[in-house]
Amino acid sequence: MTHYLEPSRIPIFQIGDCLLLTIQVDLEDRMIMTLKDDLAERIAKSHAKGVLIDISALDVVDSFIGRMLANISAIARILDASTVIVGMRPAVAITLVELGMSLQGVRTALDVDRGMELIRRDTSEEAGRLHEA
Amino acid sequence: MPDSSGSNLPGLLSRYQDRILTDWIAAQSDVGVLRADLMREAEIRRQSRSFLTHLIAATKNGLNFDIESDQWQDVRDMLTEVTNYRVDHGFTPTETATFIMALKQPIFECLRDQFKDDPNTLVNEAWSATVLLDKLGLYTNDIYLRGREDIIQRQQQEMLELSTPVVQLWDRIVALPLIGTLDSSRAQIVMENLLEAVVESKAEIVIIDITGVPTVDTLVAQHLLKTAAAAKLMGAECVISGIRPQIAQTIVHLGVELPQVATKADLQSAFAHALKRTGVTFSSR
Repeated sequence: MTHYLEPSRIPIFQIGDCLLLTIQVDLEDRMIMTLKDDLAERIAKSHAKGVLIDISALDVVDSFIGRMLANISAIARILDASTVIVGMRPAVAITLVELGMSLQGVRTALDVDRGMELIRRDTSEEAGRLHEA
Repeated sequence: MPDSSGSNLPGLLSRYQDRILTDWIAAQSDVGVLRADLMREAEIRRQSRSFLTHLIAATKNGLNFDIESDQWQDVRDMLTEVTNYRVDHGFTPTETATFIMALKQPIFECLRDQFKDDPNTLVNEAWSATVLLDKLGLYTNDIYLRGREDIIQRQQQEMLELSTPVVQLWDRIVALPLIGTLDSSRAQIVMENLLEAVVESKAEIVIIDITGVPTVDTLVAQHLLKTAAAAKLMGAECVISGIRPQIAQTIVHLGVELPQVATKADLQSAFAHALKRTGVTFSSR
């Protein structure tokens, strides 16, 4: 009966130029499809420059979730937003490395704070370049 | 297993207790296990008497060759104490086991005197005594080995704890000086410690200093790369420093590549690199 209590979608918060989503439950296929749709819509609508995915609550990350994270980051990049995965636990990092998934092209930060800093630095660099041009 | 029912051994032991004890101590000194340089004679006398008393108590209700049973509890405790004492005082396993083995001669002599006219009983009792004393002797050997294993295990644990310190060099910069050969189990502990330290100190740059690692082969390089990749996943950058000229040559010779990991010759340049990356600058006044 717990089925009814599980959230069917993951909330996405907007903080300034950033979108923040926190994954706190085991992800099911259906939820991921909804998440991808929601996120794409939100990025397009809000002109967000960065997406922070907080996975600090995840104890286990398998190759499927790893691929999903890379996937989301690729979608965001096409919509001109950079993705930073934050808060990965040591055990999860070791597992992913042992699985041979180093999430190439996905950026990582220690916590939401650092991730936000990273995105700000990016956007200000970009603004600087535009200004020079 | 000899037939233990109705054995005369227990009775004989308590009857000739004093004679056996005297002969036993003499026998110990004859075969050279009475190491006056390692322990005092009074201590040997005390241990021998105590053992004999426990042995008589254990065989009082008939002979039982299963020395793991409750009946032998006191004798086992006594032997453990005797053996540990000898381990601590530098006896060899042979010298420790001979403590028990030397008891054979006095017992056999008592048996001979007692059953002079009955060779059958004599042989049976001698066989019983041999089996029993061999078991007890081997038991001291087990205890001796166990004592050694404990020491080895403790030292291994201490070495592991000593060998993976994580040092905070600056805000957001930590260093991990590695000393000694990296095998798989150590590499795993190094990786775990490092990642925990990254979380704890909120580090952005991790410097792995391998000045103290004598050789770097493909396996060690792979461990280092895995550690760097895992740190990267958590949002920290890895720098490997302390690569000696010969090691650089070996790495190239082996065809190992270290992509996406900054390598520096010494800790100084790695630290300078880290400061630059975190945007820290110094000025002289």
